[in-house]
Amino acid sequence: MVPKASPAPPKASSNVVLSLWKSYNEQTSDRLRFIDAFLFFLMLTGIAQFIYCVLVTNFPFNAFLAGFSSTVGQFVLAASLRSQVNPENKDEFKNVSPERAFADFALGSIVLHFFVFNFLG
Amino acid sequence: MPAAYPLPTNVSPATVANTASLLRIIALALISGAAIASRLFAVINFESIIHEFDPWFNFRATKVLASEGFYAFYNWFDASAWYPLGRVVGGTVYPGLMATSSVFYNILHALNLPVDIRNICVLLAPGFSALTAWATYMFTKEMKDASAGLLAAAFIGIVPGYISRSVAGSYDNEAIAIFLLMFTFFCWIKALKLGSALFGTVAAVFYFYMVAAWGGYVFITNMIPLHALVLILMGRFTSRLYVAYSSWYAIGTLASMQVPFVGFQPVRTSEHMVALGVFGLLQIVAFAQLIRSYLSSKQFQNLLFYSVVTTGILGTFVFVGLTYKGWIAPWTGRFYSLWDTGYAKKYIPIIASVSEHQPTAWPSFFMDLQLLIFLFPAGVILCFRELRDEHVFVIIYAVMASYFAGVMVRLMLTLTPCVCVASAVAFSSLLDTYIDPAEPDVPRNPQNGGNTTLEDVVAAATANTTKPGARSAPKGIFGLDTRMIIIFNAFGMLAFFVFHCTWVTSNAYSSPSVVLASSNPDGSQHIIDDYREAYYWLRQNTPETAVVMSWWDYGYQIAGMADRPTLVDNNTWNNTHIATVGKAMASPEEIAYPILRKHDVDYVLIIFGGLIGYSGDDINKFLWMVRIAQGVWPDEIQEPNYFTPQGEYRIDERASNAMKNSLMYKMTYHRFAELFGGSGQAVDRVRNQQVPKVGPTLDYLDEAFTSENWIVRIYQVKKEDDLGRDLKSANAFSQGKKRKRSKPVSKRRAIV
Repeated sequence: MVPKASPAPPKASSNVVLSLWKSYNEQTSDRLRFIDAFLFFLMLTGIAQFIYCVLVTNFPFNAFLAGFSSTVGQFVLAASLRSQVNPENKDEFKNVSPERAFADFALGSIVLHFFVFNFLG
Repeated sequence: MPAAYPLPTNVSPATVANTASLLRIIALALISGAAIASRLFAVINFESIIHEFDPWFNFRATKVLASEGFYAFYNWFDASAWYPLGRVVGGTVYPGLMATSSVFYNILHALNLPVDIRNICVLLAPGFSALTAWATYMFTKEMKDASAGLLAAAFIGIVPGYISRSVAGSYDNEAIAIFLLMFTFFCWIKALKLGSALFGTVAAVFYFYMVAAWGGYVFITNMIPLHALVLILMGRFTSRLYVAYSSWYAIGTLASMQVPFVGFQPVRTSEHMVALGVFGLLQIVAFAQLIRSYLSSKQFQNLLFYSVVTTGILGTFVFVGLTYKGWIAPWTGRFYSLWDTGYAKKYIPIIASVSEHQPTAWPSFFMDLQLLIFLFPAGVILCFRELRDEHVFVIIYAVMASYFAGVMVRLMLTLTPCVCVASAVAFSSLLDTYIDPAEPDVPRNPQNGGNTTLEDVVAAATANTTKPGARSAPKGIFGLDTRMIIIFNAFGMLAFFVFHCTWVTSNAYSSPSVVLASSNPDGSQHIIDDYREAYYWLRQNTPETAVVMSWWDYGYQIAGMADRPTLVDNNTWNNTHIATVGKAMASPEEIAYPILRKHDVDYVLIIFGGLIGYSGDDINKFLWMVRIAQGVWPDEIQEPNYFTPQGEYRIDERASNAMKNSLMYKMTYHRFAELFGGSGQAVDRVRNQQVPKVGPTLDYLDEAFTSENWIVRIYQVKKEDDLGRDLKSANAFSQGKKRKRSKPVSKRRAIV
């Protein structure tokens, strides 16, 4: 389930999107932008798979589920990593240092992909 | 600060911490010991044997797994169950239990401790109950503190509500499932508290283990999303929640689909849709939060809020639409009957026929939980007063599990951990309050020279309530005596709890249903071992391919102990097949015989308790056979036919014709009147009715075996008559009775 951009107000839509883009570029550190690029890539991959499933076939359903949930799972794990290393969330994650967050991310991804490969069949 | 009793002041904090942790370890070890020891009544009183019905299948499957390896088990096609159909065991079983005990088996054998697989199966549940106590300790520690955790561990170690499903020999899925339930919940709470993806992953892995172990994993699949949803609705969304839930759901769902029995259910059925919906909602909320952090406009924030709400509602509609269109399977009958409690009885009699699926009565709450049931609401209220994120979880758990336990007896099992946790929180708050030596500061009162007594407190309290304008009395506990009274009471309750638990365990829950115990007049124990007598007769005196027909309750035991193919068993996956057996049992011989022949039945096994007063016999279950058969053949089998015109269910002279002619009745009371010398005094001791003087005669079956106390009776199905007559007239002929003139000429010509 990839989060969709919420519908912007019809009147000042270009304004809002532009200001959003601007403040994003200004406020986000390179590290987070790198993660965001990865997230964007995962989202595209997931969308491509979903479109293929809808338009062509879902025949090896386990293969579709494995592929799709690997993108979704990787997406949410990366998004978790993003929110854990985000300096703004520092007071929420008192016990999770960025290094620890990355180790958690790696472990979660390994477990996830173990199940993905097992389920591909 | 005045103190009620002096505390030593010269102890270093390190010593205190070390002593406390040593005491905790000792306490946990003792609790584990108590948990294991209190489950061994059945093994010590009787023998080390598998109890009940379902465990016999688990045991049989474990033997296959241990002897032939995992892949053979995974691809095991059991041709001897559901006789003409067979059963794909690998795809229709939760393999967690068998895999666990086979791992233990292999480890012990690798250590050169050659333990029999049966003993591992028998003692698995007590072993895991010790682990459950530990997991409950960890869970409760997250709720309050370690001392509440120890109390909770002690409670769940010996509470009868859990012992009832985990005594030694009860080799059922619940044996390991409750440990996995508590540990998954612990990991979830930990993940939520810390916002750590590591604990989310661990929770997912244990969730996977739980899915592999028990069908009750659906409870977890709905509890955790419900918790997350309630937190969102309370405005307590945090990034920690996002991290914990996303990592749990993404890994856990994919993992749960690896179990062949579960398959694609997590994306296809309604039971799992709450989890998916909350997952989607969390993504939207998290995204909205992210956007909000980049924007400041108040208007836009509002708009964002509304767009989140609309997306949530839209998503709900999508789910409803998909369910309506049939893309998502609706609730299965087993779960649906939890909401609509009359559903099973009306439409799926096979679910309603299981005694564990009945609503719970009040006394069984008290019997299974004793004082915990009183402390439980207090604990929930204490959770409300603090209401951290994890307390919300306990509250939801308490509400949901209480409801389910009220609807269905067997779900008492899922309520018990929550009761233990909440009660431990309440009880340890009580002890915290009354053991704490701190006394409130009192402005010195010249009259009694500073000696505050109970009367003073009461006077002060009453003064405070009656005269609101008066000086505010200090609140708190004064003196040692008040403390002692409360603490003495509390420990008295605990002591009674221990006695109650031991008593209930030894008396109610520690009897293997395979062996029936009764007592002789002098008080010594008399063992009635008819089941095994009959099963071993079958095992040793019949060909290995002889098909045995019995009611489904005994299917697993026959396969496990007698090692013969059965028609139906306790895995009730094919209702029509069971209804066929029910129809054969409820029909007259002439109708039943072709059914038996068509299914290659060689022996029919029935349970009869009328001689010694064993009430769980087949005549008492007979009405369910009729009902289940009626569901499939409504025009051939009708329940009212088996009652007397007055609507009574009787087996004596006044029994209805359909009853007297049914195969079950004939097999049950065959030769029963003769046992009493034909004096007309033959009384069925379960129904308390006199059976007719002239017992029923069987034309199509032969009595093959009747156990010592007549509990198990086995009949052999006769082959067709050599001369092609129907067996009834053949019997009549051989007994020298004249054939009636009206009968058609013999069918000898039919055979060419």
